[in-house]
Amino acid sequence: MTDRSRELRIGSLARVEGEGALQVTIQDGRVERAELQIYEPPRFFEAFLRGRQHTEVADITSRICGICPVAYQTSAWLAIEDACGIQVGAGITALRRLLYCGEWISSHALHIYLLHIPDFLGYPDAITLSRDHRAVVERGLRLKKSGNAILEMVGGRAIHPVNPRVGGFHRAPTKSELAVLAEQLRHALDDALATVEFVGTLDFPGVDLEVELLAVHHPDHYAIESGRVRSSGGLDFSAAEFPDHVVEHQVSHSTALHATLDGGRYLTGPLARYSLNSAQLSPLARQAAAAAGLGPVCRNPFRSIVVRAVEVVYAIDEALRLIADYVRPDVAAEPVLPRAGVGHGVSEAPRGLLYHRYELDAEGLILSATIVPPTSQNQAAIEGDLLAVVEANRDLDDAALAHVCERTIRNYDPCISCATHFLDLTVHRL
Amino acid sequence: MIGTPTLAVWKFASCDGCQLTLLDCEDELLTLAGQVHIAHFLEASSAVLPGPYDVSLVEGSITTPGDVDRIRQVRASSKVLVTIGACATSGGIQALRNFADVQEFTSVVYASPPYIESLATSTPISAHVPVDFELRGCPIDKHQLLEVISAFLVGRKPDIPDTSVCTECKRRGLTCVTVASNTPCLGPVTHAGCGALCPAVGRGCYGCFGPMTGANVPAMIGRLHECGMTEGAIDKVLATFNVAAPGFRLPLVQR
Repeated sequence: MTDRSRELRIGSLARVEGEGALQVTIQDGRVERAELQIYEPPRFFEAFLRGRQHTEVADITSRICGICPVAYQTSAWLAIEDACGIQVGAGITALRRLLYCGEWISSHALHIYLLHIPDFLGYPDAITLSRDHRAVVERGLRLKKSGNAILEMVGGRAIHPVNPRVGGFHRAPTKSELAVLAEQLRHALDDALATVEFVGTLDFPGVDLEVELLAVHHPDHYAIESGRVRSSGGLDFSAAEFPDHVVEHQVSHSTALHATLDGGRYLTGPLARYSLNSAQLSPLARQAAAAAGLGPVCRNPFRSIVVRAVEVVYAIDEALRLIADYVRPDVAAEPVLPRAGVGHGVSEAPRGLLYHRYELDAEGLILSATIVPPTSQNQAAIEGDLLAVVEANRDLDDAALAHVCERTIRNYDPCISCATHFLDLTVHRL
Repeated sequence: MIGTPTLAVWKFASCDGCQLTLLDCEDELLTLAGQVHIAHFLEASSAVLPGPYDVSLVEGSITTPGDVDRIRQVRASSKVLVTIGACATSGGIQALRNFADVQEFTSVVYASPPYIESLATSTPISAHVPVDFELRGCPIDKHQLLEVISAFLVGRKPDIPDTSVCTECKRRGLTCVTVASNTPCLGPVTHAGCGALCPAVGRGCYGCFGPMTGANVPAMIGRLHECGMTEGAIDKVLATFNVAAPGFRLPLVQR
């Protein structure tokens, strides 16, 4: 390119959830800006949750995202139960973990096969891909369906599950009902292992992210539905301490609120989870990861597709274990009597750490709500990566550069619908 | 329709769950893709074809001035326009702002609220352009979605019954949660379509498919009182995912 100054705008990002745009400004041969712009209009969840009953919150927050509703339900009920001083029993916890495994399988399979693989193989979408590689897409759809089967059986519905509630479930499935899932999941495990093998052979540009990684950690198992928060820099804190470390603020170069961890950029999501907790994966998942070329830590955003595939193996393996060990709890839900107080909850949405905080009055009415979704937390890290990618590829023509940038963004699977904090506002500072 | 019909999917303010329902048709997706040309579906494809489109599916509600213009363009380029889900058919849960002060909402969500280009209301698609069919649900049901797409592709009326959740509950042979355990349930006034999912797990319907035609909401409110619900709780259960739907719209407590 001979132009030393140019602007590149991708108007509508495809194969991401929700709506966003990217603006890159190159001035005098220097990359001035790389902005991921979110034009998803605000939906004001934190505002209208005020005044709602503590028992309604999980149903309402699930509507923040149709792709990871269980994550929104989980962080919500953890925070409410924390405020009410309740800890549910092991049986209910296990059932919640099984439900969340369903969401991981379904959401990761969606991203791997329908949103992400087309980038690596040079197709605009999975449907076009299926004309040349039908078996590959069919495998992805089967995998996704197995995750949805868990969500439907345990949650009562795949999108916005109806069976979970604060305190547990409306109805705990019987052991034989869950056993029906096991056979489908055993087949899905073969598909998941084949997926890791397949994505392991894709071509990955050699880049490594320097940012701090943040994920939930649980002493007993690979963290999904509960735990403390840990970072690659050695932080270790409880959900209640999250606001002491993670602060959301506006930055002058962006229209979106950015979260910082003790003042710095950081990343949450599959790379963070894997890098902090890979030793806790099941032997089968660890074996698959090693065979696909992953070490104990992965900081290459392009390899996030391999990490997601490994997490699908783990989630299926874990779901099979949970089904085998399942004992139907005596009570489907513990009573959660309201009291005045504040509660915090963190869990691992497929896209990363999701934090909720609620303040309740004595009757259980919500006085204030704070929701920090993974996409808002990752926004600064994504933009940092984009800046480096544009810098390294600034000689490409606009179409090629746009393609590289879109691929970069899709590595993170940003869920823009979830980004409840994003502002629909454009600021130009040239 | 002559030649391969084209299908477009559009998104306004929403959670993506209804368009995800199309991708959740794991067994039917590739068959469907063989029969229609998916010409615009940003969540699924970076290939975008220009209109006009034979069938457009629209998810989400209208909440910004830009969306008002965009839905008109979508209408102008679509032969058939079908709205999918509670947001597109009634304004969704974000229509709670219709009964509140949106500036105050903004100040709660954003620490230092700058000007946000957001309307004071969240309105259904039909408030802005003519709509050929409205598919209910938060989220929609995938079997109903396939029925609607199939019907419009061959030019017939979709077979979507306009009855209540009670009819589906009875057909499944479920025990009525209200009769058996005095559990509050909106089944009698809620549009059918989910297959009575909530009563199947022993909970009352919370109305996510919106009001059925001619729903007798005053009688329902009486029954909810008998189940022990307070005025405030009844207000809230009606003021959720279809808060602005005419059948569920009630004088709401200012919150």
